[in-house]
Amino acid sequence: MTNSNLDLVRQSLKKRHRRERRFKRLGMLAILFAVSALVILLSDVFLKGYKAFIQTEVRIEVSFDQQLLGVDELSAEALRGANWNGVIKSSLREMYPDVTRRADKRKLYALVSESSQWQLAEQLEANPQWLNETHSVWLRASSDVDMWYKYFQEESVGTRLNEKQIAWTEGLIEQDSMRSVFNRIFFQNGASRNPEEAGIRGALIGSLLTLLVTFSVSFPIAVATAVYLEEFAPKNRFTQFVEVNINNLAAVPSITFGLLGLAVFLQWFGMPRSAPLVGGLVLSLMTLPTIIIAARAAIKSVPPSIRDAALGLGASKTQVVFHHVVPLAMPGILTGTIIGLAQALGETAPLMMIGMVAFIVDVPSTITDPSAVLPVQIFLWSDAPERGYMEKTSGAILVLLMFLMVMNAFAVWLRKRLEKRW
Amino acid sequence: MSDNYVTVGAPTSADPKITADGVSVFYGDKQAIFDVSLDIGKNEVIAFIGPSGCGKSTFLRTINRMNDTIDTCRVSGKMLLEGQDIYGAKVDPVELRARVGMVFQKPNPFPKSIYENVAYGPKIHGLARNRIELDEMVESSLQKAGLWNEVKDRLHTPGIGLSGGQQQRLCIARTIAVNPEVILMDEPCSALDPIATARIEELIAELSSNYTIVVVTHSMQQAARISNRTAYFHLGKLIEVDDTNTVFTSPGHKLTEDYITGRFG
Repeated sequence: MTNSNLDLVRQSLKKRHRRERRFKRLGMLAILFAVSALVILLSDVFLKGYKAFIQTEVRIEVSFDQQLLGVDELSAEALRGANWNGVIKSSLREMYPDVTRRADKRKLYALVSESSQWQLAEQLEANPQWLNETHSVWLRASSDVDMWYKYFQEESVGTRLNEKQIAWTEGLIEQDSMRSVFNRIFFQNGASRNPEEAGIRGALIGSLLTLLVTFSVSFPIAVATAVYLEEFAPKNRFTQFVEVNINNLAAVPSITFGLLGLAVFLQWFGMPRSAPLVGGLVLSLMTLPTIIIAARAAIKSVPPSIRDAALGLGASKTQVVFHHVVPLAMPGILTGTIIGLAQALGETAPLMMIGMVAFIVDVPSTITDPSAVLPVQIFLWSDAPERGYMEKTSGAILVLLMFLMVMNAFAVWLRKRLEKRW
Repeated sequence: MSDNYVTVGAPTSADPKITADGVSVFYGDKQAIFDVSLDIGKNEVIAFIGPSGCGKSTFLRTINRMNDTIDTCRVSGKMLLEGQDIYGAKVDPVELRARVGMVFQKPNPFPKSIYENVAYGPKIHGLARNRIELDEMVESSLQKAGLWNEVKDRLHTPGIGLSGGQQQRLCIARTIAVNPEVILMDEPCSALDPIATARIEELIAELSSNYTIVVVTHSMQQAARISNRTAYFHLGKLIEVDDTNTVFTSPGHKLTEDYITGRFG
């Protein structure tokens, strides 16, 4: 190489190195952007949402007066029908004897949640000797008090409590009669009119049941389709047509599937409205193309040498496919399935079309019970006017994210277990 | 060279196991094999040599119908295994491949344990009645493949964990576990180092007492070392076939001579 030639190489070398560095920096910038977006999103949701898992309670001296309760025996049924409201009201009146005006009394009663009567019933059932005695009991605060305690203590702008109520609650804080506890109710209840009673159990179970239906319908059909198209189908116009349409199906807006579900599953087959069964069927339609495409790619990536080896030993086509190709493709198929199911888990629009947007309090126990699902519940709560639902919305988002993470972790574990080198 | 050519040498055999009679293979419109007629004798080792793309592998794969997997592939002419046309309507390729085993260029053990690799063939064909018989089959196959002593303590470790040469012997063990009559080997040593190659060549010599073996090879030295007969293919035509000695010492065709003296290929 002549000297001038070497100079030219060196010159271009500088430029090439510069370009390399620039590209590297751009890549790092992209990752930084993605990571910071994720951190902002997660921290925002977490900071707003973690308080949904905390509930404020108020300590009140309750006299379990048999006459006022109107119970003859201490059976669970009798206790459920007892006049707890009266007991709570009289207890509150005793704590604040100077409250006399009707309107003020109503404000006073509004400090504790309506649902606290069930807490009292549980307490008495657990401690029957408390009958006709007075005990100090922690009761669930109403949503307004809860909000005030969590957010407005320093600056009471925006609270729905009036001045008297604020004075009462401040008095309670001074007496150490207010505390924050883990919000069991959030994980035990279904939806509710009252924010302090609202929980995600109904939506969580609904999502689980819906996904179960989605998985058990879409996975076998999708794998069978992918195996047939990849391994058995002749390559002709018709299979090409099928292929193109599967790819198109993956791009169809999900609400369309909801309309289809409404028309076919509800109108035609007369399946129950708002049920995980129908939700799952609709979501399987949506998930099918995703799984099929992933499964086909996975099957295609199984090395032909494995097929040759099995064929050469005299394995039939079906044996080659089910002894070798499908097991080797399984990690890829499962990855596609999890991606499809994760999409289905976050889907709202098609489920609204089949009535899963309804206000449903009961926790579903079978796939034909009316039920909510997590994303729809989030949508409903985000739309609710009460301040208390704001943190519930974020809390539900956290639960949804946790659900997703658990699902993904399971997929990774499964893939690691099934993965084999070749 | 016209399409009507005559194979030089001795394409017939006194005691043929396989007889090809005017076999032509087409991939779509393209003809890959031209009118090949050849006998492969019982328990002989025959080597197919020739430059790349000459059709020797294609011809090998017509013997156990591995070309069936290629949609556009078409075979004409007659291919007989002990007098029975293997492309006949009554022949099931699954049965055929149990009789004609194959070892591939790149070692391709299943991503399973050594034991399962060998046991797979007997299992799918239902050759073993119980676990003990299966164990015996696995052991004897591995012994015949000269691998038993190396792997007997780790039968249940992955076959992929073996070295390249061991993997190829595992593939041979897997093939003979089905107890075929013919073993086709498609360049079985091309991915192996010289020591592993020598081991496989020894193995071929040992196996030749029980099996008819067809070996495709790129190495003329290998063909000279291991085979009784050698067939030279050129551009899809079987140019010459004869005793290995004759082919390498006094080739009857100009093309064969050019190839074995290293003028091309």
